[in-house]
Amino acid sequence: MRREVLKRENWVPAARAVLERGGRLVALWGSGRRQSYFVCAAYATPEGLVWAELPLDGGATYPDLSPVFYFAGRMQRAMGDLLGLTAEEALDRRPWLNHGAWPYGYHPLLSNSSGKEVFDDCDVTDYPFVKVEGDGVHEIPVGPVHAGIIEPGHFRFSIVGEKVLRLEERLGYTHKGIEKRFTDLPPEGAHLLAGRVSGDSTVAHAWAYCMALEDAAEVEVPARASWLRGLMLERERVANHLGDLGALGNDAGFAFALTQFSKLREDWQRVSRVVFGHRFMMDRVVPGGVAEDLNETALTLMREDCAAFGEEVKALRVIFEEHAGLQDRFIAAGRVRPELANRLGVTGLVARASGQAVDLRCDHPFGPYEQLEVRMATHRNGDVAARVIVRFEEVLESLRLIEAICENLPRGAIRGEVEIPVGEVYGAGWVEGWRGEVFCGLELAGGKIRRCHVHDPSWQNWPALEHAIMDNIVPDFPLINKSFNLSYSGHDL
Amino acid sequence: MLKTIFRIVRTGILTEPAPTVYSLPEVGRIHHELLHILGRALCIRQVDAGSCNGCELEIHALNNPYYNLEGYGIKFVASPRHADLLMVTGPVSRNMEMALKRTYEAMPDPKLVLAVGDCGCDGGIFGESYASCGRVANVVPVDLTVGGCPPPPVEILRAVLGLARRLR
Repeated sequence: MRREVLKRENWVPAARAVLERGGRLVALWGSGRRQSYFVCAAYATPEGLVWAELPLDGGATYPDLSPVFYFAGRMQRAMGDLLGLTAEEALDRRPWLNHGAWPYGYHPLLSNSSGKEVFDDCDVTDYPFVKVEGDGVHEIPVGPVHAGIIEPGHFRFSIVGEKVLRLEERLGYTHKGIEKRFTDLPPEGAHLLAGRVSGDSTVAHAWAYCMALEDAAEVEVPARASWLRGLMLERERVANHLGDLGALGNDAGFAFALTQFSKLREDWQRVSRVVFGHRFMMDRVVPGGVAEDLNETALTLMREDCAAFGEEVKALRVIFEEHAGLQDRFIAAGRVRPELANRLGVTGLVARASGQAVDLRCDHPFGPYEQLEVRMATHRNGDVAARVIVRFEEVLESLRLIEAICENLPRGAIRGEVEIPVGEVYGAGWVEGWRGEVFCGLELAGGKIRRCHVHDPSWQNWPALEHAIMDNIVPDFPLINKSFNLSYSGHDL
Repeated sequence: MLKTIFRIVRTGILTEPAPTVYSLPEVGRIHHELLHILGRALCIRQVDAGSCNGCELEIHALNNPYYNLEGYGIKFVASPRHADLLMVTGPVSRNMEMALKRTYEAMPDPKLVLAVGDCGCDGGIFGESYASCGRVANVVPVDLTVGGCPPPPVEILRAVLGLARRLR
């Protein structure tokens, strides 16, 4: 990671330069240090990760990045809620995470806020959704409590007949003050919180946090630990893809798929329980390495398991491919064409299904991936069918990786020593989780966490969902939404 | 089509007898007892009031062929007006406080409430803050809690049974 302090007049040109050279914005956040404020941006460049900083020199405004990076708008609005910093000339300045349950003038990440304040007289307020007007246009409000077992969020559809003209999302319902909470926790224990940013990506987030801490504290992670982390990350990817493939079939009326895939997922998680002691492998990635070592029996069990799972998944893929009714629902639904995907800056599997060849495991290999040579799965169609194909391919590739890791796992220690530095240090973690790139930007000062920004790829992809649903029919929304399967908690923090 | 049918036949019924790993005979026993106690369907409305989604994944797992919740007359419903039991996860975020209260108010009696997961029990690692009300009981009356991060499906099932006993 390279850290660069920029001048105000270079803030936007630097962003444009990154974009022109094929780079992208990974995360955007604000930080308060000794009464002065900084806006930080993490960029992915062909050479690696760049952490750019803009000192605000006593001010509270900064140049707007949303004309360069479309999805920056919401991150800037979140910065306004958390730190009171505003983007100059930004068109949309509505609060994003603050729904009125605490005063608009209260900013939890300011150093004079304890984060424990309670505002009993405040209540959530209405949100000024953008109105679509015209003959026969009406609205369908959905959420925050949904009809199924899903995270809370609000979707406002403007429709004519069955056709969706516009979808506007309102998120932030699960905001529980995670970034403030980080500053209460000791750096060597905060991986527990990182592992609970988004339950389905617990390994990815915990790894990103630990990577940031190890970067800041200059910790050498033993090779075996690094490979075991890779093993868990791939197991997490398989579990989530299996669950989603079943749900996607189900949302298209093919209940058989849900039964089969939820069985496979349960089998898979039971093995995780036996081998790692936890069905989601929570808290197994720890600062310096991993919590526990695996013996030969466990490795053999997982290796044999992969071969069996591979056969099952391939058989189900044939059934999916040959099912005309299913393909009829999948093909052309929720299309994000490559040009649009590029313009919106989507990431992860959604990007790969829309012709964007981005996968950190290939582009900037970390941990064991340098030796594993991951085969990236991509597709150009950008519809639900493409996202299904990419998921199938990624499951099979992850199974191959798990076998390879189990066979070639290096010997040695599983945990390096972590000594928390007392000075002012910075660290970044950057991991390709199952949903996309997970980032963590960490600042330590005086042996404590001064700022920890955790970024889930859902920030990039939520705005793209609003585009994907346009011109589709309302009943296809659950299907399209599921094909993205974005995190609410990871986004709301 | 043939492939699908063959696969269904080959997969068979997984709910009984119990496969490998842990606590499976327990599932069958709980199902049996639940039917005995209720003799009718139990309808559950689930609300995520701010969880990390870990608990939701385990609640989803209750519907897989091994736990087969729906096969025994217990089902998740889309409206609180159809629900006997409210299953709540997460520390209740301040942004979800009103939505959770309204969901609870919309339910018919006896309005059973089950708080699922460590966060629902005591606020978990998130605790209480400007953005979090902490445990579920701080917002709506709770009849039973089930701890764990997240609690495995069989524990959630056991808690549902505990509540059904009280209903009797």
